[in-house]
Amino acid sequence: MWMLGPLGFTAPLVLLGLIALPILWLLLRAVPPAPIRRRFPGVALLLGLTDDETETDKTPWWLLLLRALAVAAAIIAFAGPVLNPQERQAGDGPLLILFDASWADARDWPRRIDRAQALVDEAGREGRSVAVIRLTDAPEVPVFQAANAWGERLAGLVPNPWAPADLADWAEALPEGGFSSFWLSDGVDHPGRDTLLAALESRGAVTVFESPRPVLALKPAGFADGEVQLSALRLPAGDAVTVDVAARGLDPAGIERELARVPLNFTAGAGEAEAALSLPPELRNRIARFEVAGIRSAGAISLTDDSLKRRKVALIAGRDDREELQLLSPTHYLRQALEPVAELIDGSLADVLLASPDVIVLADVARLSQAETDGILDWLDEGGLLLRFAGPRLAASDLARDAADPLMPVRLREGGRTVGGAMSWGEPKALAPFAEGSPFFGLPVPDEVSVTAQVLAQPDPELASRTIAALADGTPLVTRNEVGQGQVVLVHVTANAEWSTLPLSGLFVQMLERLAVSTRTAALDEADLAGQIWAPQVVLDAFGLLSDAGDMPGVDGTLLASGPLGPGLMPGLYAGEDRRVALNVIGADTVLAAADWPQQVVIEGLEAPQEQALKGAFLAGGLGLLLLDILAALWVSGRLGRQVGVALLLLALLPMPEAGAQEAPLPDDAFALEATTEVRLAYVMTDDGRVNDIAAAGLRGIGMRLFERTSVEPANPIGVNIESDELAFFPFLYWPVTATQPLPSPTAYSKLNDYLRTGGMILFDTRDGDVAGLGGASPEGRQLQRLAAGLDVPPLEPIPADHVLTRTFYLLQDFPGRYTSPALWVEAAPPDAEQAEGMPFRNLNDGVTPVVIGGNDWAAAWAVDDRGVPMFPVGRGYAGERQREISYRFGVNLIMHVLTGNYKSDQVHVPALLERLGQ
Amino acid sequence: MTETLSLRPRAEALGQALPPLLASADHLAATVILGDHGRRRAGMGDEFWQYRPAHAGDSARMIDWRRSARSDAHFVREREWQAAQTVTLWVDAARSMGFTGDRARASKADRARLLALALAVLLLRGGERVGLAGQVVPARSGRGQVLRLADALEQDGTADYGAPDATGMVTHGRAVFISDFLGDLAGVEAAIAAASDKGVRGALVQVLDPAEEDFPFDGRTIFESMGGSLRHETLRAGDLRGRYMARLAERKARLETLARASGWHYHCHHTGLGAQPALLWLYRALERTS
Repeated sequence: MWMLGPLGFTAPLVLLGLIALPILWLLLRAVPPAPIRRRFPGVALLLGLTDDETETDKTPWWLLLLRALAVAAAIIAFAGPVLNPQERQAGDGPLLILFDASWADARDWPRRIDRAQALVDEAGREGRSVAVIRLTDAPEVPVFQAANAWGERLAGLVPNPWAPADLADWAEALPEGGFSSFWLSDGVDHPGRDTLLAALESRGAVTVFESPRPVLALKPAGFADGEVQLSALRLPAGDAVTVDVAARGLDPAGIERELARVPLNFTAGAGEAEAALSLPPELRNRIARFEVAGIRSAGAISLTDDSLKRRKVALIAGRDDREELQLLSPTHYLRQALEPVAELIDGSLADVLLASPDVIVLADVARLSQAETDGILDWLDEGGLLLRFAGPRLAASDLARDAADPLMPVRLREGGRTVGGAMSWGEPKALAPFAEGSPFFGLPVPDEVSVTAQVLAQPDPELASRTIAALADGTPLVTRNEVGQGQVVLVHVTANAEWSTLPLSGLFVQMLERLAVSTRTAALDEADLAGQIWAPQVVLDAFGLLSDAGDMPGVDGTLLASGPLGPGLMPGLYAGEDRRVALNVIGADTVLAAADWPQQVVIEGLEAPQEQALKGAFLAGGLGLLLLDILAALWVSGRLGRQVGVALLLLALLPMPEAGAQEAPLPDDAFALEATTEVRLAYVMTDDGRVNDIAAAGLRGIGMRLFERTSVEPANPIGVNIESDELAFFPFLYWPVTATQPLPSPTAYSKLNDYLRTGGMILFDTRDGDVAGLGGASPEGRQLQRLAAGLDVPPLEPIPADHVLTRTFYLLQDFPGRYTSPALWVEAAPPDAEQAEGMPFRNLNDGVTPVVIGGNDWAAAWAVDDRGVPMFPVGRGYAGERQREISYRFGVNLIMHVLTGNYKSDQVHVPALLERLGQ
Repeated sequence: MTETLSLRPRAEALGQALPPLLASADHLAATVILGDHGRRRAGMGDEFWQYRPAHAGDSARMIDWRRSARSDAHFVREREWQAAQTVTLWVDAARSMGFTGDRARASKADRARLLALALAVLLLRGGERVGLAGQVVPARSGRGQVLRLADALEQDGTADYGAPDATGMVTHGRAVFISDFLGDLAGVEAAIAAASDKGVRGALVQVLDPAEEDFPFDGRTIFESMGGSLRHETLRAGDLRGRYMARLAERKARLETLARASGWHYHCHHTGLGAQPALLWLYRALERTS
């Protein structure tokens, strides 16, 4: 390969063709463009005319340059230019490609696959057989196959979300015989790496590939001092850098989103960074996982489990704190045990119920009021945990003596018992080992725990099933009953050390934890997890993507606590009986050690620029130049018609006006100003221009009457387009209904409904009062029914005689327009409206009817032309003019009703108000 | 063949908007052939014109006895003078007329034939006698002549440029020459001279394609006449535009001068425009009595 700077040529000899360019230049220059033959009768007039210049028979220089460039591009293209060519090292024998394929690989996995693909392709060209292995898989003998067999399988190869267990096992699985190896390392030292490397080197040359990008790993979040403690590891420890850690979880709406973000500062040379995140408990309890922002790797994700959650525990003591020793307080030990691990709530029972705690602890509380009992029962139904401790008061009360109490898991025998005391026989009783099925199963029973006094459960058939802890003699110590979704747990001893030493022991804390009163603070403990099967809920893949575990088999607690991650133990979230445990790729004590390769091993990085063949680009460029040449040659020879040229020019300019059009003009305020600076009556524009004109003239006419007679002084009416115009500016819309009107679009309907709900009024006029009655039999009436189907129209009724429209300005009994149909529909009065004694009207105080529907063609009756002369005849003679007058009055009343609302209706109270004022 | 069928309906449709055309006739020679229509004055003809009292010198044969019997005087029944004008059409059938600068535009020949036939339809409707020059179709009147004219007009010539044929013209008749007049003007001059000798007057209609008017060519071009007899090569056609247009203007001016000198009318018509204005001009030109 011949190199020219970063450019290499696979066939440099072809470049000699460039020498021919000057010759080509001369040749092309001498040949003028071919003439066009035209039949043209006017040639008779041309005879004898000579050309002005003879020089133009040569091709213009720029056209020559274009062609020369095109040819040069083609020559260069066939010379096979390659940008950043990589020297191919020829190898022989089979090639073994090793992927660490761990979580640390995931961050730049595609590039690793690309690299491996290049190797496989190259091996294929050289006829070498290839084997590809993932070191995170169980060791097996690599099978060397033809390179093209691997070509497609490589793309499907994914890393595993764990680290290789022991590479020495792979060393044993390697086949005999010579082969060279290419090891795509994730940069982290895995156990047994040296052994495997030695085994590989004994077979042939080893090349190691390492990514220069640092490995970032997020440790599980801890909780200390009221803050979430986060720490992250990186490898190699380089310059100072800041990474963001995002806390993600469900928001109250159930949508996963980022809840918090905290920067982690790695100082220069430091491999670990820490940060504390202070969050309100409500938010903290929502966190499902932490992740290093922008890194796709299972190691950069830390799932959280119950250990971050803090339960809200309400402590209620039966006795008020007397002036006695703190150690005798019934809640002292509970407080000590729970304070670090739970949010404690104090207060009266009624108060703490409002805070909806997770757990309510009642220490020696015997009597609860009925309201408190009901409140607790409701709370229990929703999944609360009521933890009760016995005590002198409980023992002395009648609670759950004769009948079962819903807030007690068992019935109690009178008095309780005392063992091992000064006045009693027997020894203090020890605890029996916890039975299987008990939530405490597996907890070690310390010897020092002894019970000297307890309340006794009444024997009954359910007692055995409700007992979850018992004394050595079989008497129940802790009983439990489920109420609704919650449970009631009774500890048959006191919460302080009066009756037993249980609160003094570590078992007390563990038991509280098992009861999910408190939450685990320590890391996974085998003893904690043992004895249960944990079902995976979500599992992580190597890229840090969570997926539903589906029907993956459950995992034994011992394995969960100690087992290495692997195909049988995926990282993820595991659910036990009442707890969830997160198993992360990075544990609290994970240490990242850099893989240290010996001197003789060749290490290759990703930073080498990718080799890029430029042949296609040069060919495409040459082709483009030739296309340009076609246009240019046509233009030079006059064959490119003027229209075609203009069209091409427009085509080239076409994206520009489009780009300009994308800048949508801001909505014009002119309409809003025009509509709102004065009172304006508006009509809905229909598809019929004549109807629109009449509506405008009608509103102008009624506007003039309003101007003359009332203090409403409307400006010229406006026609609104319900599809595009804002309706909120208008108090009143006149809507002449035509039979051919198209239905409004859904957006227009929602605008209209908003308009009606927020106090607008529409007068629908079907303009068919002369032919239609109350029903909607006319075409306009049917169209109105279709129009109104999408509208939020309340129930309607024919206008009652005492409707406020009859008296908002004039006293009216009928509402004629050009026609005198009595049918006028308004919003129905509430059915319970009653007529007060001695009042002419019912008490209908609220609400302006949002729609008025009629067919009397009011606009035509109101319409005036430019000189103020009525445009249409109404009725006959004087009676007709009277009818027009009444229709004006209806219009005035309607507008007054729109603008003043129920004011006139309220006037019904005036006599009563005056009477009161008189007193 | 389809063109033959379509030319007549199109020509008739074109002439529909105009009333029948009476070609002006100022030389009222005895040789004027009797026509079908009256000249609004007493003369020879078949139609009744008026009764006039018999003068001395009127032969007894001329007295209308039926009219005279109703009164005491003698009346002579006068008939309307009915005479027909003879219009000779010459439509250039040379190949240069087959040119069109745009595929969507009809050729000049098509337009020329349309104009000629529409004019003939109008004239025949007015009772005039219409024929084609060169005694291809002798002048006759009557609707049947339209078919003969349409047939004869369809014949294409073989020459590159045509020259008017002045033979077969009736003395003191009218003539209409329709051509692009791009060929040698000597033929035109000779034809007009010959026609003028016979007292024939008429109109020259030059039909040009807009491309011939504008010369919208550019680049290296070889121009050839339609028949290929003439040929001119240029490297930059655009440069010739000005000089070409000057020559064309000069030719038009010459034609106009020629026409005016011999009492003819000249009109230049472009196929890019509608045929109606040209027909209207022809109508007016033939109606003019001067």
